[in-house]
Amino acid sequence: MRRAAGIVLWLAAVAAALAVFLLLPHLVSDFHTRDLASAGAFFIAIVGLNLLTGYTGQISLGHGALMAIGGYTTAALVVHEHWRDVWTIPLAGLAAGIVGFVVGIPALRLSGLYLALATFAFAVAMPSLLKKFSGLTGGTQGLRFLESAPFQVTGLKGTVTVFGHTTTQNHFLYYLTWGIGLLGFAVAWLIVRGRFGRAFRAIRDSEAAAASSGVNLAAYKTLAFAISGVYAGVAGSLVAIQSEIVNPLSFTVLLSILIVVGAVVGGLGSLPGLVLGALFIQYLPSIAAHVSTRQGVPEFVYGAAIIVVIILLPGGAGGLLRRLAAPLTSRLYTRP
Amino acid sequence: MLVAFDWSQLAQQTVIGLSSGGTWALLALAIVLIYRSTGVVNFAQGELAMLSTFVAWSLVHHGLSYWGAFFLTIALSFLGGVGIERAVIRPVERAPVLTIVIVTLGLVFVIDGIARWGWSSETRSLPNAFSTRPIDIVGVAFSIQDLGNIAVSLGVVVLLGLLFRYTKLGLALRAAAVNPQESRLLGVRVSWMLALGWGLAAAMGAVSGMLTAPALASFDQNLMQPVLLYALAGAVLGGLESPIGAVVGSLLLGVFVNLVGTYVGWVGNDLRLPVALVIILGVLLVKPSGLFGRTAVRRV
Repeated sequence: MRRAAGIVLWLAAVAAALAVFLLLPHLVSDFHTRDLASAGAFFIAIVGLNLLTGYTGQISLGHGALMAIGGYTTAALVVHEHWRDVWTIPLAGLAAGIVGFVVGIPALRLSGLYLALATFAFAVAMPSLLKKFSGLTGGTQGLRFLESAPFQVTGLKGTVTVFGHTTTQNHFLYYLTWGIGLLGFAVAWLIVRGRFGRAFRAIRDSEAAAASSGVNLAAYKTLAFAISGVYAGVAGSLVAIQSEIVNPLSFTVLLSILIVVGAVVGGLGSLPGLVLGALFIQYLPSIAAHVSTRQGVPEFVYGAAIIVVIILLPGGAGGLLRRLAAPLTSRLYTRP
Repeated sequence: MLVAFDWSQLAQQTVIGLSSGGTWALLALAIVLIYRSTGVVNFAQGELAMLSTFVAWSLVHHGLSYWGAFFLTIALSFLGGVGIERAVIRPVERAPVLTIVIVTLGLVFVIDGIARWGWSSETRSLPNAFSTRPIDIVGVAFSIQDLGNIAVSLGVVVLLGLLFRYTKLGLALRAAAVNPQESRLLGVRVSWMLALGWGLAAAMGAVSGMLTAPALASFDQNLMQPVLLYALAGAVLGGLESPIGAVVGSLLLGVFVNLVGTYVGWVGNDLRLPVALVIILGVLLVKPSGLFGRTAVRRV
């Protein structure tokens, strides 16, 4: 009986989420749809970071650099090889996943904030590296889709036709990004509730206990890095597709920091709150600029908002949701 | 090539490296101080130092001498550090490390905003604390400013060492960092010790900023961003746990980066930071807790 009620509740939640996803672009202006699409890319990166930091306990301040790998893979394929932009997404995810795996190997020896600082260094060094290898990356100029390969940009004429449905380019980007986002979310959910997720959480809670229970630390930690890298790569690829240009300034340290802020505000070790984390980092800059355009005020509001939210919601939005839903779910899950 | 090697240039570049390494060492020490007591890396340490430097600039601008402004700024920064700890860190004192790290990242924006709001974005400069005229030591010309920077940095480090080693307050600070629970039982006000730690760190950052600024022709609100990165690198190199490590690590890094930038043309000025970061990663792989850090042993 209780189990049935639980399943019904879940199905209702999933249906509601799908309805919001499908209807939202029709409720807001075309322009805002684009902002939402951009928030979707953040969402994907945050879900990936949450698998690594929230579930496996490895802090990464360098996810912007992994996004750069994805974004530049897409850009290089479009500009140099003339691929259609959307078909590059899987390869961008794969490339960043491989880099994530490679980053994960030295990360095995580091723990806690040493790992955070090492990944931070990776993010800091990335823009200079991108400038140095200018043959592939276009150096400071970056790679421009519209100038080098305009016919590979989906929606160049302003509309996109998929399966006979014609939508505006912004609506297409929204459905593309959040469609991938929801798929990624579902995959993350499956990972988290299966044996991988159990191993991840065991590592987070105590590495020694996990190892003595037969969890292969090295395999699972690098796996978490690789999976997280795939998400970051896909997110970076979508950022590149949305802005139709990549340059070293597209993926700065600030981006890495924002992804972490989004994950913490959304709630580490929880998935539903991450949508709010993504919206938070997407809309905070424009809200802060709205308060006053006087020099320095936007930065101040921006930082103060982050601090206040963290102090008020120590568990992030996910913690809040869990607390609100506790009367419901605790009755569902406790055995009679 | 080898015959023509210019030893005096090597000595000069080493001293220049030590001079910038010394200013990084102060910021690195500030970071290590907070890390030891709370297990948190304060990413806002550089911006705090930047704000202190702007305060010093205003004091000089209102007619104080460099050294008058220097000491007044240190005092103000100390109070500011204590105030910030009380206002924004104390509410999250028991939160997970990452939460506090995010708060310090939020502080980066807040302090940057304050500095941009209070001081226009025009570039400005601080007068030199020491004469820029060269001094001749065993036939090699060094700049007095570089030697002065090294002396002030090392002086601050020694003072801090004395404070921690030989005063009751220093003992309480160390006790609060090593074992908060037992220190609390013995009557140490642990929470206030953390606030004092933040104050000391802010004061040291202020010194770092006030030594960094005069060496540049002009500075703006981005003054301490590179210094913070080098200081973090230096602290990690020496081991985040170890104050000595932070100083030695930063000085080594300062010399190394300057020599590589001078002698390896491929690196030049642009790639100094990435090269430094790669070196740090290499060291971490061999010694994951830095040159002077202890390997963490945990009881299960």
